[in-house]
Amino acid sequence: MARKILLEHAHIAGIETFDTYRKNGGYEALEKAIKTMTPEAVVEEAKKSGVRGRGGAGFPMGMKWGFLAKPEGVPRYLVCNADESEPGTFKDHYLMKTIPHLLIEGMIISSFALGANKSFIYVRGELMYVIQILEKAIAEAKAKGFLGKNILGSGYDLELVVHPGGGAYICGEETALLESLEGKRGNPRNKPPFPAVKGLYQSPTVVNNVESIANMVWIINNGGEAYASIGIGRSTGTKLISASGHIRKPGVYEIELGLSVDEFMNSDEYCGGIREGHHLKALVAGGSSVPIIPARLVYKTANGEDRLMSYESLSDGGFATGTMLGSGGFIVFDETACIVRNTWNFSRFYHHESCGQCSPCREGTGWMEKVLHRLEHGHGHMRDIDLLVDVAKKIEGNTICPLGDAAAWPVASAIRHFRDEFEWHVTHPAEATKPGAVYMGEAVLI
Amino acid sequence: MTEVANPIEFTPERLAKVKDMIARYPEGKQKSALLPVLHVAQDQWGWLSSEVMDHVAEMLSIQPIEVYEVATFYTMFHLQPVGKHVIEYCRTGPCCLMGAESVYDHLQQKLGIKTGETTPDGLFSLKEVECLAACGWGPVFQIREKYYMNLTNEKVDSIIEELSQ
Repeated sequence: MARKILLEHAHIAGIETFDTYRKNGGYEALEKAIKTMTPEAVVEEAKKSGVRGRGGAGFPMGMKWGFLAKPEGVPRYLVCNADESEPGTFKDHYLMKTIPHLLIEGMIISSFALGANKSFIYVRGELMYVIQILEKAIAEAKAKGFLGKNILGSGYDLELVVHPGGGAYICGEETALLESLEGKRGNPRNKPPFPAVKGLYQSPTVVNNVESIANMVWIINNGGEAYASIGIGRSTGTKLISASGHIRKPGVYEIELGLSVDEFMNSDEYCGGIREGHHLKALVAGGSSVPIIPARLVYKTANGEDRLMSYESLSDGGFATGTMLGSGGFIVFDETACIVRNTWNFSRFYHHESCGQCSPCREGTGWMEKVLHRLEHGHGHMRDIDLLVDVAKKIEGNTICPLGDAAAWPVASAIRHFRDEFEWHVTHPAEATKPGAVYMGEAVLI
Repeated sequence: MTEVANPIEFTPERLAKVKDMIARYPEGKQKSALLPVLHVAQDQWGWLSSEVMDHVAEMLSIQPIEVYEVATFYTMFHLQPVGKHVIEYCRTGPCCLMGAESVYDHLQQKLGIKTGETTPDGLFSLKEVECLAACGWGPVFQIREKYYMNLTNEKVDSIIEELSQ
């Protein structure tokens, strides 16, 4: 059995309650941090661990903490990004509903390290039942003296606020999240200044993902070096992977980074293989925004090495032959999946979720959706395929926030790897539009 | 002549909740409570009329336009009257891989309405939403805070029957 850092106690009945969590070692890391360590020492352990942001970008968390400005007399804030909305990604949802105290404990430790006295957990509004679970956990922690004024007699005060979003994927982008938290539309801000200098209410702010913050509990209990010894290279520790699509066992799994994609996909401990009687066609490894890769690139990199579940191996060779670990949203497609229809579906999502602030994203996502719609519905032309590539190129890198890239990559990669399927939709419009009809050319079946 | 109470007032329980929410944010930053307060308002009135939004603006000491621009940006807020049960179904890729489109076709046939419509008896409204972060258990829809997962036509029938009682 693989080592578990976050989900070790997930199977225990009642683990969502303070008492059961505490009986299983809960809040020991908090006691250790607050009673025996300085905030700087906690930051140092985060740096040593090498843990990278688990929301998708993969930026080293300790380094991000090190950027936090500390002007005198100005409050600092920690904001937990729990606005999980990326299609294919549901790990934070699972973590929060199953072990809410792990996040609460991680938030207290992290807030202590950063010198924040008021911290926020921004949860996507749709997860109202999870918000209720978190509110209950916070009340329990507060009643036991682990949160609020003078935590465990240390003189450290922390107030934790759960803030519901209103339904907007863009609020997963850290500056849009801060705008939303200030009661405004979720429009991303220009950077610089970065949130570490001017964030929430123009004060120094760190925004971290749920999974990243929850990792701090194990890191403090066991040390940053112990964490760094798990995983592979600069992909340290474990990662929660949300697996969905055409596999036998969809769900949330914790893996040690460096596990082979083959083992994750096919062993009984994880996905259990492609569903009976079917074969792998394609994979989206890190949520809908990352490039799709065809079956022939799923298990092996361009160099013929085993492809691993790590930041580096999945992005091997850039987007020509690789993809990204991203949020860990692992979407599996077998041969019954129509790539054009799926690309249109993702494109529709990004068009709908574009905040409308930047023209390339606002207009471009609409154009891509429109062209993909006509291809999927039997009204496309061959020139539409290059038009899509051209529009994707014009969006990528030309917007304030990464939503433009997120919209462009699925389209560009789908055409790069499955161009013959797009062409088939043009040459066989009547067949392509039949429900369930998919291109069965050689290029897609390995 | 009896005076009619102002219909745009929070119930005492919800008013206490709203005040608690406003107090959670730093002094002078009460606008941060806008999204949470709008959720409470929608919970009470079912949808956000301009009168309700004006009342929220007054409670937060902000301009009504600041409420309108937020309420129109976020998809969770209903700006028109809706049915008693708003079925918000996920239409994105992973759910579709699991057969969501045919399940939702069945749902629409069962209710006799299309997305964006409400049944004549005012019981159900249908709304498409983006990913509900439950992709491993799709197809999925949500009614208020409750998630219904691994949907099939039979499950849809039984949920609708139950909610119709």
